Amino acid sequence: MHKMIDLPDAVIRFSGDSGDGMQLTGTLFADTSALMGNDVSTFPDFPAEIRAPQGSITGVSGFQVRIGDHKISTPGDFCDVLVAMNPAALRANTAWLKPTSTVILDADTFDEKGLTRAGFKTGDAIKELGIENHNIIFAPITSLTKESLKDSGLDLKSILRNKNMFALGICYFLFNRPLEPTEKYCEIKFRKKPQFIASNKKVLHDGFNYASNIHAIQNTYVVKPAANLPKGVYRNINGNQALAWGLIAASEKSGRPLFCGSYPITPATSILEELALRKDLGVKTLQCEDEIAGICTAIGAAFAGNLAVTTTSGPGFSLKSEALGLAMITELPLVVVDVQRSGPSTGIPTKTEQTDLLQALYGRNGECPIVVIASHSPAHCFDAAFWAGKLAMEHMMPVILLSEGFLGNGSEPWKIPTMGDYPEIKPPVVAENDTNYQPFVRDKKRMTRRWALAGTPGVEHRLGGLEKNNDGQVSNNPLVHERMVHERAEKVARVADFIPELQVIGPEQGDILLVGWGGTFGHLYTAVEALKAKKIKVSLAHFDFINPLPHNTAEMFGRFKKILVCELNSGQFAGYLRMQHQQFAYHQYNKVQGQPFTVEEIVNAVINL
Amino acid sequence: MKYTPQDFKSDQEVKWCPGCGNHAVLASVQRALPEVCDKLNYARERFVFVSGIGCASRFPYYMNTFGFHGIHGRASAIATGVKVANPSLTVWQVTGDGDALAIGGNHFIHAIRRNIDLNIILFNNQIYGLTKGQYSPTSKLGKITKTSPFGTVEHPFNPGEVVLGARGTFFARSLDVELKLTSEIMVASACHDGTAVTEILQNCVIFNDGTHDEITDKAYRADRTIVLRHGEPMIFGKDRNKGLVLDGLKLKVVTIGEGGITEKDILLHDAKEPNPGVHMMLVNMQAPDYPVALGVIRAVNDKTYDDNVRDQVLEVQRKSTIKNVDGLLRSGSTWEVR
Repeated sequence: MHKMIDLPDAVIRFSGDSGDGMQLTGTLFADTSALMGNDVSTFPDFPAEIRAPQGSITGVSGFQVRIGDHKISTPGDFCDVLVAMNPAALRANTAWLKPTSTVILDADTFDEKGLTRAGFKTGDAIKELGIENHNIIFAPITSLTKESLKDSGLDLKSILRNKNMFALGICYFLFNRPLEPTEKYCEIKFRKKPQFIASNKKVLHDGFNYASNIHAIQNTYVVKPAANLPKGVYRNINGNQALAWGLIAASEKSGRPLFCGSYPITPATSILEELALRKDLGVKTLQCEDEIAGICTAIGAAFAGNLAVTTTSGPGFSLKSEALGLAMITELPLVVVDVQRSGPSTGIPTKTEQTDLLQALYGRNGECPIVVIASHSPAHCFDAAFWAGKLAMEHMMPVILLSEGFLGNGSEPWKIPTMGDYPEIKPPVVAENDTNYQPFVRDKKRMTRRWALAGTPGVEHRLGGLEKNNDGQVSNNPLVHERMVHERAEKVARVADFIPELQVIGPEQGDILLVGWGGTFGHLYTAVEALKAKKIKVSLAHFDFINPLPHNTAEMFGRFKKILVCELNSGQFAGYLRMQHQQFAYHQYNKVQGQPFTVEEIVNAVINL
Repeated sequence: MKYTPQDFKSDQEVKWCPGCGNHAVLASVQRALPEVCDKLNYARERFVFVSGIGCASRFPYYMNTFGFHGIHGRASAIATGVKVANPSLTVWQVTGDGDALAIGGNHFIHAIRRNIDLNIILFNNQIYGLTKGQYSPTSKLGKITKTSPFGTVEHPFNPGEVVLGARGTFFARSLDVELKLTSEIMVASACHDGTAVTEILQNCVIFNDGTHDEITDKAYRADRTIVLRHGEPMIFGKDRNKGLVLDGLKLKVVTIGEGGITEKDILLHDAKEPNPGVHMMLVNMQAPDYPVALGVIRAVNDKTYDDNVRDQVLEVQRKSTIKNVDGLLRSGSTWEVR
């Protein structure tokens, strides 16, 4: 009999060819675990090619899932279980193994052809990689899947598509998970192709049973439901879905209909896809002819009174620069979402980075400051999007929301909030026949102009990219221009009066302050916890609001002897902080590999500081 | 409410050059809009004028309506956003040959392809005026300008051909000097559901003076243009004795009373014919061999983008059980931590 071992948390990495269905397999494992009450964090790590050459290293697609019986904040650095569907997947992921890792391999792929394609020189991949001491399980996944479905009437190609279910079945056995949630998924997914419901279920069960029959698996694992999660109703959510829903929430709260003009681009596309689904809530989406049309249709929609949004990633964000200036000078509400990816240019499009910060802050002609905020976890994308909509409409300005591929594709359980708990959003909409209306007369507190929606009787006016005076008339007057430049900048600066103060995690003074922004939060937070366990005192200041910075930023920085700014670029936020608060010395820890930090890297960076 | 042209004039000083063809177009539009309001029961606040960059693109500042002066080439995209966000608005785009057909070509053809309900007025003076005299995508081959000192080596676009090629449902053409015809076309454009493009052959008095003289000169305008009206025979000429017939796969100019030709032989204009074959021949007619076609050349009924968006939203809303954000957040797989 095997032993059941309790684990506080476990990391499982599914990897295979980009056509092997590893993203789905990982997602199903994560969803089942979330339903079982675990805390979950996921990290899809896939290539740009839809179907890269079979068996090649560049075509390896990975999906990492971490499950825990406590609150977890990262998908984990190294894996406890690696599923590798071919020799290339094994080679590509060996670096992520722990000494204690279990490795599940599809034995059928370790033939001469497969080994050669993955660059192995001998017939023994395990020895070549030096991982003989790991718990290696060679399971003939391909041949057993064929055997399992030999009477199914399916053709060979369709049969082989079920391989991932065999691997998933093995993992479900290994972690004592139920099969029902995945069966239910298959029933919905294939309701129009019932032959695939049966085949997927059968292979899933056969994989599970295979694992229970072989003796290679001595122990199975139990990760109990997370005990310290707050009570409530939960769902699993990825960052892009949360972001889309946050925008819808801001629309509902403000009473302004949601319009999204966008163009498909990795890794932002699924926001547009999610919004396109929501016609039931009156959301309008326009898949435009290009990125520029995406933002320009949104600007038109803002003029007509919608909560206007455009979503993109780095290269598309570059294309939107000119129009962003137009939105800024016309002072119309607009949310621009940039789900950052590795650049410059096309870069490594499916990999994560934080390299668009300076573009967001400064990438426009003329004096054009714009509010920049960032999301810090998949679920936080909801709140960040809500904030972006709120600030855009209440302050009458474009707002840039920076997300990251790591957040957009990653998922975590989310305690579902109630909209009644969210603040009101009150855009300064002009009433009909307001004879005093002048487009650029400002409110004293926020410096905002008022929003006269096209179609409102009696407030006809003209906006545009030319500099204008308060009454909306075009002006070339040098002093009017300078005043307007200052007023628009002051309006952005005043946003600091309306955002939360910076909260430091850990002691509010001490030797070392870690500083981060955006999607690195989980890793930085976990590093602080790990350092605490090593009796190293370190605190974390993580910024959701970047321009303007919270009022108490300098005060908080002043309480620490050393500041270490960690980010997935060459030091963009550190450089920005040097401009904003030059009285402090900023140490940097940077990584530009298209990959998230590991907790270990941060811990070492602090120790070596 | 009964409007007059005065109601559509803003208090802004019109800053186009004296003698510029744009003045006449502005007057034609301001004259047409009261009639549009009458016909369609529109109030002034429903009008939105959107433009890009170029001389013509200052147009919205001179209209006492909602207006948006955008950035170069992007007027079609901005106008599309306005219309989709609020389909009850009547959206007009003012653009030039550079704005619509060079930098904005992509947005222009896709607005037309979608058949979104916009009225696009394309001022074609075959030159870049605001940047002081460089050739445009409609400049004639060989045209000498500041950036083509030895003559252009590029073939020009014929805007009508582009519109029809992009599956346009409405195309009309007028001359800046034909104020009455322009007003008439503006009304027809407003009444058309879908993207309605009107090309105005417009004179730039400074950088391309007389570019359309070949057809606009009063001495031979009647012989070198033909004003098309749906259902009427294609007759033109100072003496109203010339007409168009089909000769095999081509149009041919004939004289009524010569060679046994009577009025009955002359083609009837059918602007509503979905097949663009004859419309394509009409937009491509060039002086001096053919009369240049003016008036509404094509006006075909088809579903508009904004109609389709509205219908789809209503259909999905009817079927969906999700009625608000709270419902959305709780849809699909959830679990409870007790």
